[in-house]
Amino acid sequence: MTTVTKPEGAPAANAPDGFLSVRDLQVTFSTEDGPVKAVDGLSFDLARGRTLGIVGESGSGKSVTNLTVLGLHNPLFTKTDGEIVLDGKELITATEKEMEELRGNRAAMIFQDPLTALSPFYTVGRQIAEPYMKHRKVSKKAAWERAVEMLAKVGIPNPRERAKDYPHQFSGGMRQRAMIAMALVCDPDLLIADEPTTALDVTVQAQILDLLKDLQQEFGSGIIFITHDLGVIADMADDIMVMYAGNAVERGTVDEVLRAPQHPYTWGLLNSMPRLDSDLDTPLSPIPGSPPSLLHPPSGCRFHPRCTFQDRVAGAAGRCVDERPLLGPDRASACHLTADQKRTIFIEEIKPRLA
Amino acid sequence: MTEDTVLPAQREQVTVGEPLLEVSGLTKYFPVKGGFPIKRTVGHVQAVDGIDLTVRVGESFGLVGESGCGKSTTGRLITRLLEPTSGSIAYRGKDISRATRRQLAPIRSEIQMIFQDPYSSLNPRQTVGKIISGPMEINGITPEGGREKRVRELLEIVGLNPEHFNRFPHEFSGGQRQRIGVARALALEPKLIVADEPVSALDVSIQAQVVNLLQKVQKELGIAFLFIAHDLAVVRHFSQRVAVMYLGKIIEVGDREAIYNRPRHPYTHALLSAVPEVNLTDDGESAGRERIRLAGDVPSPISPPSGCRFRTRCWKAQDKCATEEPPLVRISGNQEGHLTACHFPEEPTTEARDEDIVLDPALVALEEGAGE
Repeated sequence: MTTVTKPEGAPAANAPDGFLSVRDLQVTFSTEDGPVKAVDGLSFDLARGRTLGIVGESGSGKSVTNLTVLGLHNPLFTKTDGEIVLDGKELITATEKEMEELRGNRAAMIFQDPLTALSPFYTVGRQIAEPYMKHRKVSKKAAWERAVEMLAKVGIPNPRERAKDYPHQFSGGMRQRAMIAMALVCDPDLLIADEPTTALDVTVQAQILDLLKDLQQEFGSGIIFITHDLGVIADMADDIMVMYAGNAVERGTVDEVLRAPQHPYTWGLLNSMPRLDSDLDTPLSPIPGSPPSLLHPPSGCRFHPRCTFQDRVAGAAGRCVDERPLLGPDRASACHLTADQKRTIFIEEIKPRLA
Repeated sequence: MTEDTVLPAQREQVTVGEPLLEVSGLTKYFPVKGGFPIKRTVGHVQAVDGIDLTVRVGESFGLVGESGCGKSTTGRLITRLLEPTSGSIAYRGKDISRATRRQLAPIRSEIQMIFQDPYSSLNPRQTVGKIISGPMEINGITPEGGREKRVRELLEIVGLNPEHFNRFPHEFSGGQRQRIGVARALALEPKLIVADEPVSALDVSIQAQVVNLLQKVQKELGIAFLFIAHDLAVVRHFSQRVAVMYLGKIIEVGDREAIYNRPRHPYTHALLSAVPEVNLTDDGESAGRERIRLAGDVPSPISPPSGCRFRTRCWKAQDKCATEEPPLVRISGNQEGHLTACHFPEEPTTEARDEDIVLDPALVALEEGAGE
């Protein structure tokens, strides 16, 4: 077997203002059943003020990647390799003290479930004020004022009174607004939003997404937006990275990836998703099989057991099984099909089914 | 996948189109207890408040709404997993809302349920064979050729390997487990399946597999579905008729085409406009759909607003909406069967308006700030 374990091609060496760059990131958890390689050779860049959408199914490594950026994994069970550089600073080798300096200050996170991410013990206002007090070294009173200001900004009515409330007194949408206020309180350069609207209702989701977009205009943060919902990504992101089983399989701008996708997995995602304007007579075309276990990931291209296009790949038979396709820089997809094949297959076979 | 498996014909033919289940005035109030030391009822959660709906033989009826609107409670009331506070549930013309356990027994086998979470709805200590044959055992049914043969047949229908008869649920993935849930629901050859968010716990690529399976089952076996989901696109794909619920009431009901293309109720408009959509056309800008952003969350069902329950978040609300509850009727301009509960209905289109409707004060402030 000639499995290529070389890292994926890095995106363009020095992207303009690329202030977060991740190179060949590998994250391995040791579990009772053996090591699980949750992220295997991932590289990407993010520029200030841009939004990178990471889309993938559960277990594709999208959340793991971002917890690693903030150093939130337990080092006892986690092995991290590669390079994460935030504004010239290497994060993988950083000490806990340095990471503490960073978290909540220059890089912040919005979690999926605001009820478990907020502490039930402290008032909402105090939880928002705390990082501000710690990082900006201001008085308790000034931090409280800032918390009230942030709550007003994210649209909590009557913020001075509501800051004294506990999280359980807030509704789901308001809790997520409080989380956003907490994440933005120190005006971070990098905001990681991990499925921030998955737990919310659709009308509230629409409000929160618009709020995030408008706040980004004002704060100018770079956002990494993690979701499994292509619709949300289309709405939010400038660039998209599609992940599958710990690898990035396709990247490009929103228009490129959604209008002219190149990877069979992305085709599968688009084809299996019902839309409000899709044709009702054609059944959905699901991706056969189910995502692989990362304890024993498939050799070569990790998507090959579910891929229906591997017999069209030129070269030696079983190339997809033996050789891992690399992801090039910029607009690219990790697949052995040639660029021409990708284009013709999409236009002739995939696109008509999307109409 | 065995998508082409030939399905066994139903035992008796039923006429498609006649009403199978008729629900009227169905209400469920959950008491809220409080006080110390003696807990008294201090209020009621008005989970479902007087809804009427009809599911016809062989059709799929979709029920959509946000969390807390009472759609799941409705499903549980219809399967009699919950006792209704008032109202009637007529199954094939016979009221089952007050039927005793004994009276219900024969009907229970005709109304089955598929649950949301394929992890908690299967007993981890039973084999798949035992889980699927459970309903037959309880009802004392032994099909021709024995229960095991029937279980193998069912496994094949839902696209699982019949050899997996002796495995336990933990050996299956989420999508496969949901297939087991479908097989169990099919075991007694039901006439009506209540599917409560059957795909929302699954990954996107797996969702489509299960939706296709349910569609196959619905079409080929002629089983009626009450399909409860919050995902509007999935409901549109699966259901011929759709009802939209808000705070325990049905606010609009009609054919799929009417609800999705010619909605009249402001809430339906807001709901459709909130669905994030992938625009796959090449014509550049996503022109076409209206943008409506409501303010705040759904009010508490313990003390819902008077009159029209949507009025606190509605941009068209007037005094009349607070005092008078709009009836669910066919308003002028609607097709037959398209009912809307609104005093001041919207235009029947989802096209972009001249001006977006943005009610959220934070969004208004930020967008005005950006515009300057």
